[in-house]
This record gives sequence, structure tokens and C-alpha cells, in this order.
Amino acid sequence: MSGATNAAMGGVEALYQEAIKDYSRADHGHGRLDGAVASVRLDNPLCGDRISLQVRLDAGRIVALGHETKGCLLCRAAASLLGKRAPGLDGQGVAVATAALEAILEQGRPPPGDWPELGMFAPAGAHASRHKCVLLPFRALAQAIGQAEAGSAAIHGANHRE
Amino acid sequence: MSAAAALRAKFPLLVANPGLHYFDSAATAQMHRSALDAVVAHETGARANVLRGSYRLAEAADRAYEAARQSAARFLNAAADEIVFTGGTTAALNLVAQSFGCLLEPGDRVVISQAEHHSNFVPWQMLRERRGVELALIPVLPDGTLDLASLARVIDDRTRLVAVTQCSNVTGARTDVAAIVAAARRVGARVLLDGAQAVQHGPQDVQALDVDFYAFSGHKCFGPGGVGVLWGRAELLAAMPPFLGGGGMIGAVTEEGYTWAEPPRRFEAGTPPIAQAVGLGAALDWMMGLDWAPIHARESALCAALIDGLRRIPHVRLLGPEPSSARAPIVSFDIAGLHPHDICQVLDAQGLALRGGHHCAQPLLAALGVEACTRASLALYNDEADVAALPAGIVRAIGVLK
Repeated sequence: MSGATNAAMGGVEALYQEAIKDYSRADHGHGRLDGAVASVRLDNPLCGDRISLQVRLDAGRIVALGHETKGCLLCRAAASLLGKRAPGLDGQGVAVATAALEAILEQGRPPPGDWPELGMFAPAGAHASRHKCVLLPFRALAQAIGQAEAGSAAIHGANHRE
Repeated sequence: MSAAAALRAKFPLLVANPGLHYFDSAATAQMHRSALDAVVAHETGARANVLRGSYRLAEAADRAYEAARQSAARFLNAAADEIVFTGGTTAALNLVAQSFGCLLEPGDRVVISQAEHHSNFVPWQMLRERRGVELALIPVLPDGTLDLASLARVIDDRTRLVAVTQCSNVTGARTDVAAIVAAARRVGARVLLDGAQAVQHGPQDVQALDVDFYAFSGHKCFGPGGVGVLWGRAELLAAMPPFLGGGGMIGAVTEEGYTWAEPPRRFEAGTPPIAQAVGLGAALDWMMGLDWAPIHARESALCAALIDGLRRIPHVRLLGPEPSSARAPIVSFDIAGLHPHDICQVLDAQGLALRGGHHCAQPLLAALGVEACTRASLALYNDEADVAALPAGIVRAIGVLK
């Protein structure tokens, strides 16, 4: 095995570090949430990742989140992380976490102090094609919150409500 | 030097990357040196627009472009005025769906198969919306081959066109073209063959295949990207209206209207991909000079060895028909609990280039009961070292991912 391959294998082992696999396996928040105020299904059409996500809000804060995610380890780990951490957040809190994740992936910034778990996605920064896998659950959650806040406004564009 | 090593030596990218195990020729085959050289020679020696230039450079460009058309015609055993250069297979299929599609009436039927690439699926769904034609599907069997028992039912007497792939880009399953043609002829329907996955395995004979349209891409058969070929029978092309309007496709234009040029120009509006066509011509010339029987034997043996190696890995589900001679050298598989993108990422770290996902064949994957799969495709430059590296790489990937 060449030195280049050893280095590349080291990189890919960091990408699939235990924290990613643990979150993916734990699948926090798995399952369809009955009585949700907002429901979103989002696809990454090029890679086939798919998430179906529901939230229930109380006074603008997420009180429950359910999701069913079919996709790669990175996408499933991100959905699971939201399943664990999203309850208690409001729309602004989700936006701040999403921006922090984008900064980690695109600019190599460190995770903020209140979101240390986002650091597990840092190795995905080197793989542009995988950024969308990590971000898909965050995009779905942002849409769901927007939908909840807008009452029952329809989501237009390529994505559709269930 | 082995036969594969001698072939690899003619592919600059493979020479520059000796550790690369390239398993994605079904998406894009590597480019042969003769094609690359022809593009550079054309762009540095005969670059000019084609048609109606009278200076010597323009005449040289015309000659090179028409020589490429002759090469494509020989490659398919067809007449040169039946060869239309397009942007690729997708553009060729859309051309037929638009131009031949204009001749169809509501209630006419177009038949495709469940195994089609989206490029031979969506244009017909669009035609259905536009013209009110009926779209019917030849189903696949669990091994990915077409259900020939359905042909008499699906290809009924309203059918005007049957458009099917020659080999599946996912399972490699070869279509029984003779059975399709016989069923189509019984009801007077035309047959279009999507050759995108066949042309990298040698020249084709559209007369022997007895089809009416044939489409393929340059980048699938060791030539440049951005160019493809639509072949159509002369009398069909002559009856079809143009698809794109613009320069080159007209007889004359007045304020009141325009007339059509004769085929193939009628279907080549605007400046065509000239250098790309010249490069494709060189790739096809090179392919026509090869002795294909031993190449096919080697591709088939490597495909069988690959299937054998993958089958020994626990939790691997192989897609596609057996024996391996029933397929082009393409092997797709699913590993329980693992997503193809994760598998491909870890394989890449080991120098193995594979593609994972739905492979632009979502209806086929749905029929086979998989969300996504990982695909290894072989071409004439693959060798035993490639085939040995893949199962070992997959075992290692499973170790990283589980």
C-alpha cells in the first residue's frame, strides 16, 4: 500500500470517525411525528439522499422533531444530531447552527462552543460533493420551521410538502 | 507487455495515474491518445467554422468534419448522410422525441422499457405531455433483463416507436434486440436503440441489428465529450421536421418563412462541435482497427472474475443477469446497511474509482427493489490487477464504515 493511499485512508477514516457512525446508528428522532405543525420532504436529487421531517412548535420553539432519513452516513448522522439537539431551539437558533456548519464545511472554521458536535463534520469540508449530504437535514428543518411560522403556506420550487 | 497494458499505454490519463483502478467507463470512458491528438491537430491546424467558408482553412475544417461523419458511418455500417452529429446521446434522443415525435398523434403509442436511463425516459414523458401519446413500458425481470413475454401485449398495433437501450447502464443486461425488432415489425413500429453502453465494446452494425435509429456519445467510446451521433434511416430523417432552428439547417430564409435543408444538416443547427467530432472520428477509426474477439473474451472473463470476487463478500447483493455473457461488463451491487456514496468514498481513498447512486435509472432501481447501488464498469484497458483490487477494497471499506 503506497504512502498516498495510507494518507488517503487516514483522511477517510477521519471522515467516518466513530462519532459519525455513533450518531448515524443512534438515529435520534427517528420516526414520523404525529400531530406535527409542519412537514417537509427534501431530496438531494443527484445523490438520492432523502429526508422526511416533521416538527411541532410551541411559542416559536421546537418541542418535538421526527424524521425518516434515507441516505449516506453523513446525512443520517446530521439528521440524528438534529433529532437530539433541535428540541428547545427556535428558528434563529437553527439558522445560527446551520451557518456554523456551513462555515466548518466551506471555510474550515472551528465549531462554536455551544455546538461542539458539529466538529465531527469538519473532514467532510475537503469533499465538496458531500457538503449537501451533511446540510440536507438542516435545510429540511429550516423549511419546516418556515412553514410552521407561515402557518400553512405552501412550499414552492423543487421541494414539496407531504 | 499484456494486451491490457499495451492498450493502457495509449490512454494519457491512465499513464499519468498508474495507481488508478478506473471502474467508471460506463459513465465516461477514458480518452484515447489518437482522439486527443486529433483534437489538438485540428484546433491548431484547421480550426475554422464549417459550411460555406471558401478560404483554405475553412475548406480543411469542412473536410475534417465530413471525414469524421464518414468514420461514424463506417462504425455503424451506415451511409454518411444518415449520420447527424449531436451534443451526445441525450441530445440525440431528444432530437428524435421532438422531431419524430411531431409526427405522432394523440393515441399513438411509444414503448420504452423499465431499464432505460433517464435520457431515454424523460424525453418520452415530455412527449406524452406535449402530444398526448401513450407511453408504455416493457417490464424488467428480477435479473434486470427485459420481460420478452410481455412484448406481444405492450407493443400493440397503436405502437409507432419502440425506444430501448442496447445494454442497461446499471445491470449491463443486454437487450435481445432481435426479439424487440420482430415484435415492432409485426405492428409496423420503428425501433430506436440507445447504444450509449454498447459502443465502448466495439463497432456496431445497424443493418444487422435492423433498427431505425441509433444514438451514442463520443465520451463513452474513448472520444471527446460534447459530441454524439444520431443515426436514422434516410427515409425517416427525410420525413422529420427540424428540431432546433438556426444557421446551417435551412434551405433559404425570407421575411415570410424558411425552407429546410436536407438531412443531416437539417438537424445540425448552429455551429456543430467540430473538433469534438474530429476527435470522435479518430477514436472510432482506432476502434475499427482493433481485433475485438480477444478483447471481448478478456472483458467477459474479467467481468466473470469480478462477479465471483464480489459474491464471496458477505452481505453483498449482486444485480444483473447470469451468466456474465448476458451482460456488458458492468457489475452493480448493494451492500446491506451501507450507502453507495460512503462505499465509493472509501474506495476512492484506495485508488478505486466507482460511481454510486441511482445511475439516472430510478425506475429500474425501483423495479429491482433498491434505493441506490454501487457500479463497477469495465473497458478494454481494465486488467486482472483492477479486478483483484476491488473485492479487497470493498472488504476494507466495510471495515471503515461498519
